[in-house]
Amino acid sequence: MEKTWNNKAWFMVLPVLLLVAFSAVIPLMTVVNYSVQDTFGNNQFFWAGTEWFTEMLTSERFHSALGRNLFFSFIILLIEIPLGIVIALNMPRKGWGVPVCLVLMALPLLIPWNVVGTIWQVFGRVDIGLLGHTLERLGINYNYVQNPMHAWFTVIIMDVWHWTSLVVLLCYAGLVSIPDAFYQAAKIDGASRWAVFRYIQLPKMNRVLLIAVLLRFMDSFMIYTEPFVVTGGGPGNSTTFLSIDLVKMAVGQFDLGPAAAMSLIYFLIILLMSWVFYTVMTNYDAER
Amino acid sequence: MARIDLNHIRHAYGPNPKSDKDYALREVHHSWEDGGAYALLGPSGCGKTTLLNIISGLIHPSHGQLLFNGQDVTNLSTQERNIAQVFQFPVIYDTMTVYDNLAFPLRNRGVAESEIDVKVRETLEMIDLASWSGKKARGLTADQKQKISLGRGLVRSDVNAILFDEPLTVIDPHMKWVLRSQLKQLHQRFGYTMVYVTHDQTEALTFAQKVVVMYDGEIVQIGTPEELFERPKHTFVGYFIGSPGMNVMPVKLAGGTAQIGGHQIQLPTPVTPADAKKIELGIRPEYIRIGRSGMPVKIAKVEDIGRHKIVRTRLENQDIAVIVGEGEDIPADPHITFDPKGINIYADSWRVGGN
Repeated sequence: MEKTWNNKAWFMVLPVLLLVAFSAVIPLMTVVNYSVQDTFGNNQFFWAGTEWFTEMLTSERFHSALGRNLFFSFIILLIEIPLGIVIALNMPRKGWGVPVCLVLMALPLLIPWNVVGTIWQVFGRVDIGLLGHTLERLGINYNYVQNPMHAWFTVIIMDVWHWTSLVVLLCYAGLVSIPDAFYQAAKIDGASRWAVFRYIQLPKMNRVLLIAVLLRFMDSFMIYTEPFVVTGGGPGNSTTFLSIDLVKMAVGQFDLGPAAAMSLIYFLIILLMSWVFYTVMTNYDAER
Repeated sequence: MARIDLNHIRHAYGPNPKSDKDYALREVHHSWEDGGAYALLGPSGCGKTTLLNIISGLIHPSHGQLLFNGQDVTNLSTQERNIAQVFQFPVIYDTMTVYDNLAFPLRNRGVAESEIDVKVRETLEMIDLASWSGKKARGLTADQKQKISLGRGLVRSDVNAILFDEPLTVIDPHMKWVLRSQLKQLHQRFGYTMVYVTHDQTEALTFAQKVVVMYDGEIVQIGTPEELFERPKHTFVGYFIGSPGMNVMPVKLAGGTAQIGGHQIQLPTPVTPADAKKIELGIRPEYIRIGRSGMPVKIAKVEDIGRHKIVRTRLENQDIAVIVGEGEDIPADPHITFDPKGINIYADSWRVGGN
């Protein structure tokens, strides 16, 4: 059969193009549009150029929200990754314990985020919450509404409770893929428990750990719902992370220009981080 | 190096074994000499890997005792037994270099770094990977990886025994031959006690001084390759070793003769078995002659495999394989005769007589 040469095939990608246009390109361009203009009532727009971007990049408020967010991501990675590994290492490999552990681990992941926030909001309350009440009885003046340290403590514990399971499940998947022969050979080579972890288990978990770090970083960097429900960003601005700040600025203060500039910068940071992770992972694969 | 005594060893994987069927290893009671090269040969599931893992300490036997040089090691851990074992699939430590892989078992035992260096370099020469020593182990080919696994066993010169669990499965045929002869050389040079598990008869017969044939959780025969070929103690050994395996046919014994259907075969020595349920005659295809006299057979198929021809014949209701030289021709009216040298008589599958 003779091949026909024309450009009709482009119509095939039209639905996808339309979909992407409506779901991503048009909203994004709207944001870009806001970010370079100043808005007044009556739909009056004035060209502002890079003014909002300069303002954002030099603003104390943006810097501190970014700093808080990076610190938050750093802390939860520091806790969730090692904790996830430790739990995965101690999970049973066979028998009735396997399904029980897997279900228990999956439970927090299945709970909607605002419900998680509500659970911890109530859990931490001094009057009716188990955690808050117990801490108070122990003589600790726990109050996440007024004490920034306590608010941070609550938000971090909540995230650890919610998301460590993900790290556990990923690590566990990596661990069960290791054939028995490796453990037997290690025994014969006289390897210590630490050497088995360092030279057999950790290298096998490497890949899934990278994915876990990536997912946990992205999610925590974009965290909104849970801290919003628990602390609302307070006390003061102490738990105001980037997304909370963004919403405050855009919806609360209706500063569309700066908010648009901020969300673009936010977006570019995430894009940059994804690219770094992607490069690290593909390099790692190429090396294998 | 050590002499290994297996003292009434039995093993079941499940709890509370009751009958013989529950045992993966029914009963093994043997002594393996210091410095011997043994091959454990048998089909999948016959218990050979179980036996190997009992020796190395990865499995604790349900019953029985294991002695190294007369010392009871049954309750000692793998480390304490000082055993090297090479597995079916190469086990390497991905993130280490080839050098560090070999040094690993020595470092774990706290050997001085200067001594490690000497040992590792020696072993690298032996397994022919000296030029790879600084490379990361993960990029190597399957047979190089398996050589590293071998090397990790050989680097410890003080081991009591080196155990191989089908180590050449993943290696391609040419390398198999090379590695096998290297192993054999190493054995001759250093006199390690070696136990080699395989289901490949060629591998077993070329590697070992003594071949241990296992079947259904038991050792059915220990012998030199020649003994296994000429005088299989059990019909299974007859089938399993040789290509094609031994012809085994039901017979009736009467005095000094065996009857197959309407034919009489003179036995080299008379056999009078105790009341057995089943009497069989076994003869290898190599010991059957085809010609114009003897018992008349029908020819079902001739397989020409190059070096010789395998003739599948039928004697009454019995399939009999015969090996015929490449140059010999098969008469139109074929008859077969049994060479008395090759006749074995089995009562309930166990050899009771023959040449």
